[in-house]
Amino acid sequence: MNIIEKILANSAVKPEVTPGEIVEANIDVAMTHDLTGPLAIKSFHQIGTKKVWDNNKVVIVLDHLVPASSVISAGLHKIVRNFAQEQNIKNFYDVGRGGVCHQVMSERGHVRPGEVIVGSDSHTCTYGAFGAFATGIGSTEMAAVFATGKLWFRVPEVIKVDVSGKFQKLVSSKDLTLKIVGTIGADGAIYKGLVFSGSTIQDMTVDSRMVLTNMAVEMGAKVGIIEPDQKTLDYVKARTSIPFNSVNSDPDATYEKVVNIDISDLEPQVAVPHSVDNVKSVSEVEDIEINQGFIGSCTNGRLEDLREAAKILKGKKIAKSVRLIVIPASQEIYLMAINEGLINLLMDAGATISNPNCGPCLGGHMGIMADGEACISTSNRNFIGRMGSTKSYVYLASPATVAASAMTGKITDPRRKMDRE
Amino acid sequence: MTISGKVIKFGNNIDTDVILPGPYLVHTDPNELAKHAMEGLDPKFPEKAAKGVIVVGNKNFGCGSSREQAPIALKFSGVKGVLAESFARIFYRNAITIGLPVLVCTGISEKVNEGDILVVDLQSGNVEDITNGNVLQATKLPKFIMEILDDGGLISHLKRRFETNE
Repeated sequence: MNIIEKILANSAVKPEVTPGEIVEANIDVAMTHDLTGPLAIKSFHQIGTKKVWDNNKVVIVLDHLVPASSVISAGLHKIVRNFAQEQNIKNFYDVGRGGVCHQVMSERGHVRPGEVIVGSDSHTCTYGAFGAFATGIGSTEMAAVFATGKLWFRVPEVIKVDVSGKFQKLVSSKDLTLKIVGTIGADGAIYKGLVFSGSTIQDMTVDSRMVLTNMAVEMGAKVGIIEPDQKTLDYVKARTSIPFNSVNSDPDATYEKVVNIDISDLEPQVAVPHSVDNVKSVSEVEDIEINQGFIGSCTNGRLEDLREAAKILKGKKIAKSVRLIVIPASQEIYLMAINEGLINLLMDAGATISNPNCGPCLGGHMGIMADGEACISTSNRNFIGRMGSTKSYVYLASPATVAASAMTGKITDPRRKMDRE
Repeated sequence: MTISGKVIKFGNNIDTDVILPGPYLVHTDPNELAKHAMEGLDPKFPEKAAKGVIVVGNKNFGCGSSREQAPIALKFSGVKGVLAESFARIFYRNAITIGLPVLVCTGISEKVNEGDILVVDLQSGNVEDITNGNVLQATKLPKFIMEILDDGGLISHLKRRFETNE
């Protein structure tokens, strides 16, 4: 069996499972947040059960509109806060205690290899970076999980993406991720599992791996997973004392197909409006004017992303025509970035720093776009209206490309910027 | 169970941000959500859907976020069901959960035109285009999914199950 089949078999207490089979999995962790949580809570009360199945296995993070952006969102926070208190949810991360849910889940030790984790957020698939079966579900299904601790899954066919080669300077996991999304397509992995493997993945940091698995859903995948190794175990064990059963694919595991990618010649990549799989090399889109840059989100708001941006912006200024919004993905990252001097450096360059939260990624607040404006962003979606006006444009790119573009006011290859200066 | 209505057609990769834009996620009233259904592509959609319509999509309908508010907005705007070449999985599960019928129907994006009247038998998966006479076969829904739809969604289904068990 491959790793996905093994985790589902263990969770459903079966010796073996095969693709197409429907299993009822026991859920190890269930996560919800301020935008999908209130509906889950409403549905939970409608079902009529009094207590969540296990208050230690529920994690709640306020992250989409924090601090409250309006009276309405303040009301949503209140609903969630009251629920956390009433259900005695210990792992509740209120404003200022956590950050973006997927980062908080990972760095606070709620994600462990071999586990089945659901979240009422599509980017829950991020946790596959730690060898967990993790997927997004809707609010009412979350209510059913709160009530029963179980959920059905169809065992997916699995596509293996095997990556080899070394990154060129200033080319990173975001560029590889966009390359994979462009290759597989926005619907190329619907209902399927993705396993990312190969020497490039083995060499990657945990932060970089999370970028890949985060965007698995942009190909329609149920899960995107990386086989746990020593790096995974070191990261997780430093963050939790809860025991877990890490599993890896059998040597004779089977896959629906294998996609091979060599990154030796990979250039920085950009996903252009309005589809995530509309991916081009930066050289094809250079000189497109941008009004805003955004470095942050569950995709690229981690310390190494801020370091990469700081490397390019050190001692420089962003273009007058551009506002650059930087949002560290968690309180922990924010503090480390301050201590390392990264925040000073980014502010000197002209960036605006906001508190850890989802920010403009989904057009909630903190950087909404007007008609005709363009944003280059490290986030994960460039759909029509995603960051505000339905007449605005979102380009997805790496932190290095966003930083370089903010300096010139046009989409810019970060390698050229570093060479020139 | 049979559904029928006029067809409103959409293309590939219709994402949840156009089905229900992010800023409206703060609303908890389904009728308020319905006012903004498909606003990203056609602000007049709720007006058109009010009399009861069937949405026909191409590949990967409902891709993007996990927001259950997307199928809720469609359902309360007057959409009786969505038929597409394929669906994104979270949208598909959410639609069933809230009691909006969704059927995978190969060839539908070509054989059905905007404004045609469709009659869909959810049990058999039989899809009849009354306007042009075409008959198509959608993938039949498994029994346990039909039970959820028959009960009007997962909540009433679970309530019924808990009541029966007690």
